[in-house]
Amino acid sequence: MKGSRSLIWAALGLALGVPIALAATSEQLAWRGPVYILAGFAGIIALGLVLVQPLLIGGYLPGPSAYRARCAHYWIGGGLALAVVIHVAGLWFTSPPDMIDALTFSSPTPFSPFGVIAMWAIFAVALLAGLRRRLGLRLRTWRIVHIPLAIVIVMCGVVHCLLIEGTMETISKAALCALVVAATVKVMVDLWRKRALRGESA
Amino acid sequence: MTLVVLNRRNLLIAGGTVLASGVLAAGTSGLLLPARAEGLAPTESMTGGANNYRKGAPIVERIGKGGFVMSGTVRRAGDGAPLAGQRIQIWAHTVEGQEHEPQSHGATLTDKDGAFRLEMPQIIPIFGQPHGHLAYDSGEFKTVFLRPIMRSAKDTSLEAHFVLQPA
Repeated sequence: MKGSRSLIWAALGLALGVPIALAATSEQLAWRGPVYILAGFAGIIALGLVLVQPLLIGGYLPGPSAYRARCAHYWIGGGLALAVVIHVAGLWFTSPPDMIDALTFSSPTPFSPFGVIAMWAIFAVALLAGLRRRLGLRLRTWRIVHIPLAIVIVMCGVVHCLLIEGTMETISKAALCALVVAATVKVMVDLWRKRALRGESA
Repeated sequence: MTLVVLNRRNLLIAGGTVLASGVLAAGTSGLLLPARAEGLAPTESMTGGANNYRKGAPIVERIGKGGFVMSGTVRRAGDGAPLAGQRIQIWAHTVEGQEHEPQSHGATLTDKDGAFRLEMPQIIPIFGQPHGHLAYDSGEFKTVFLRPIMRSAKDTSLEAHFVLQPA
């Protein structure tokens, strides 16, 4: 039992650590300024956090109670929004015209609109999560808002990352993206099943 | 959206020789017909082509230490005649500097055949794509900004072609 616990955590560590470590050895870093490098890694870390989120909320990580996992999901969501802000701000600083093109959906790069859509979805979820209590959103209403946005974040985020030719090594990037999609599908399926069960018993 | 249009356009150009006349006219292409009537169509500026442009980059023997070749041609819209002595400005994010930095910019002139070739440092991917920038901005013809993409970041050359129309 204890063995499988640490195995899951080790697997998560590898899933996040390997792509970051390989990106850190990219030869492209030699020709980038510190701000551009920071912006790039903020993007990679954001992708990593998008993997952690469904794992936490689905209760797939052994250890924390459901309550603590939900707290962690909440704060990591804030961290994700912050990572995206650093990513965008750093890229803006590096090349303002390219960033403005991206934000106005007039960029020649096919991955930009996906990134911008994912960004707005992340900001929307973060804002609503912060205001949830004040707005008095019930769990059901919250899920109706959060789940579609979460799907948008995952799909657009993954496409954005896959299309970019940057510091990330191709295979580790694809693997991380596959895990993000798999974890999201798993949590959605489980949620749907639970609801179906509740529906039957009621 | 853009991709679809480009694909269809490419397809039409590729199939153009086969589709002699009537089929095409009855079909979709408003894009291709004016070009046929007037000959060679002018090159449109590319999205993002003017990003990090600096006005008046000097004409140079080569940009930095070289090692990468940017080449292409400049022709006149309509009859496709080669344009000699045209100034083409080139810049990119390279191993020797970022896109906006002055040392990453340079210009060259076309020869009598309307061809240009400028050595520059190796281009590396910036903003997720390995690409270069070129501009025709001398005023005699309409300004054109190009942003060609390299097939692979390992390529050591890149081409871009201009068809200019009077300003």
